[in-house]
Amino acid sequence: MVAPVVLVIGVIIGYPLVRGAHLSLTDANEANVERHIGVNHLPATYEFTGLANYRAVLSDPVFWDRLGWTVVWTVGCVSLTFLIALTLANMLNRKLRGRTFYRLALILPWAVPAFISVFTWRMLYNEKSGILNKLLAGGGIDAVPWLNDPTWAKLSVIAVNVWLGVPFMLVALLGGLQSIPGELYEAAEMDGANAWQRFRNITMPGLRAVSSTVILLSTIWTFNMFPVIFLLTRGGPGDATEILVTYAYRLSFVDSPRNFSQSAAWGVLILVLLSFVAVIYRRALRKQGEVW
Amino acid sequence: MRRGIRGLIATALVAGLALAATACGGGEDNGGDDSGGELSGTVTFWDTSNDAEKATYKKLAEGFTKEHPKVRVKYVNVPFGDANAKFKNAAPNGEGAPDVMRTEVTWTADFANLGYLAPLDGTPALDNTEDYLPQALGSTRFKGKTYAVPQVIDTLALFYNKKILKDAGVEVPKTFTELATAAKKIKAKTGATALYLRGDDAYWFLPYLYGEGGDLVDARAKIVKIDDGAGVKAFQTIKSLVDSKAAITDATDGQENQLKALKDGDVAMAIDGPWDIEGARAGKAFKDKQNLGVAPVPGGSRAQGSPQGGWNLSVYAGSKNLQASYAFVKYMSSAKVQQQTTEKLSLLPTRTSVYDVPAVKNNEMVKFFKPAVDGAVERPWIAEANSLFEPIKVRMNKVLTGTATPEQAARATGDAFRKLLKDYK
Repeated sequence: MVAPVVLVIGVIIGYPLVRGAHLSLTDANEANVERHIGVNHLPATYEFTGLANYRAVLSDPVFWDRLGWTVVWTVGCVSLTFLIALTLANMLNRKLRGRTFYRLALILPWAVPAFISVFTWRMLYNEKSGILNKLLAGGGIDAVPWLNDPTWAKLSVIAVNVWLGVPFMLVALLGGLQSIPGELYEAAEMDGANAWQRFRNITMPGLRAVSSTVILLSTIWTFNMFPVIFLLTRGGPGDATEILVTYAYRLSFVDSPRNFSQSAAWGVLILVLLSFVAVIYRRALRKQGEVW
Repeated sequence: MRRGIRGLIATALVAGLALAATACGGGEDNGGDDSGGELSGTVTFWDTSNDAEKATYKKLAEGFTKEHPKVRVKYVNVPFGDANAKFKNAAPNGEGAPDVMRTEVTWTADFANLGYLAPLDGTPALDNTEDYLPQALGSTRFKGKTYAVPQVIDTLALFYNKKILKDAGVEVPKTFTELATAAKKIKAKTGATALYLRGDDAYWFLPYLYGEGGDLVDARAKIVKIDDGAGVKAFQTIKSLVDSKAAITDATDGQENQLKALKDGDVAMAIDGPWDIEGARAGKAFKDKQNLGVAPVPGGSRAQGSPQGGWNLSVYAGSKNLQASYAFVKYMSSAKVQQQTTEKLSLLPTRTSVYDVPAVKNNEMVKFFKPAVDGAVERPWIAEANSLFEPIKVRMNKVLTGTATPEQAARATGDAFRKLLKDYK
């Protein structure tokens, strides 16, 4: 009965994965892979080169530089997103007028395709004609080089990613909050627990299952968040905002002939890094008695 | 094993496609020569012209149908920035690739090297080749074969706002040093910044590099040249222009920002090409069309030079309708169409005969740009030529934001070049 599942998984996940790993051990590029152009059939002529690609990537200081910023970017985005989403979820988790409206408004960034919102942000950030600098000018503040200064650019991409990430986390956390029985809070109040104590001892543990999942998911997404960085800054200025995936793209798709094998090696390394993070994270959770 | 699974998937896909094709009455597009020798079918044309130009190109392309009523031209405008990648994604398997594409001069050798382009020697596409400007033909050849037909030729020039320069009482600068000196007067008298410096595109770095007597590479001797003294000086020039506030720049959206700054009169000068003539004239600073002046790109300490650019028309090797595609290329690069392009868009023809037509000869922009193009620096037409730009762009950004010195930038660019060009010193 599981045969179809195995087959589908094998075709849509297993094959590309194995193929990618295989490519990373070769010197395949755009000029030597198999191609069908019209009536022409060009056979594959690439060769097996072992771990040469991995050696090249790992001995390149650029990889370690980019890894450093990718970690800062991921931790920064995920922690900010989580904090903001948690605050908003708590604020929305009570009876207030127009609750539906607030919830809808907060879902909006999620409903807009990512590339459209990123392009919108790019217009807002424009140093000369963007509305952000126009607003600042109104307040007598000098124009901020949002995407033209390395530090500002880093803050700008993080801001956009947080903006994009909050709605999902908010919805997940709101669901978690609503599943915490109200009796617990009533009982705690009877016992004289203040708001912070209630939050600390009821809300947080009650949310643990949800939050641990969304944090892991969000970490993986952010680590590989190609569109925000690529569309907003193309990794620039210079290579200041380049994360591992955008750098791998630049390395292997901007140059000609496109270097598929090195791109695959970067892909495999990113996969290994993320699997590593996931395993450690799960371990840590299990130690806290979480069944995940 | 690889073959087994791949074969299976390929067979399934082909079967599916075949079914789909029959289901929707396929074969309609597989035209070509029918028995009477008349061309038929569809020619998909990817045009890369910008917003101000595309309506004209669409009209011109569709004009082909007048000559060949049975051929349908499917005009697709693909933004310049995406076109290279889009074509490379489509070309290896032939799905979604166009029949004819407007390729940038540096892309031609690259695509040809990968086997994506049909050689045009001996086909109807190459018509009356002696008529083409020799430097325009240069970029269409790769390893002894011709892979494209020149469509337009261009180069960079200094666009200036005549009124601002006059109000400031300065002459059009001949060198970047003169420009920096004039900048103070311009700022003081008119409030405008002297120059918009494209910091987001390596093509705009070339005048600074040529101005110091430098080059990207020496393709004949196989030497990387960017990291010599001239390269360092070129990085120094852009840095000092921006630091001294003689120029403003951006790391992103330079095309839009430059045009806007020029149109609105926020900057007195910008280095730009013929493709922005129409766009600039649409702005409030050039309501009087005569207010837009063009002059040669300022020189550096050693020389003066701007890169030769332009666009070619190439035919995809996997086109299902090669005969109609050749005819379409012939039509689009014909003297008649080139003349219309110049009349409507002030773009430069690649055929010498077209320059004799009064409407072209008397076009003010052509009058200026023709000598400029004649003197423009030909770039190395090697397969990697286009890939050389990304490393420069990254370092330009770094120099302009102060995260790398000109020396570091030149060295790092040179190293990146050697990685791309395996047998270069």
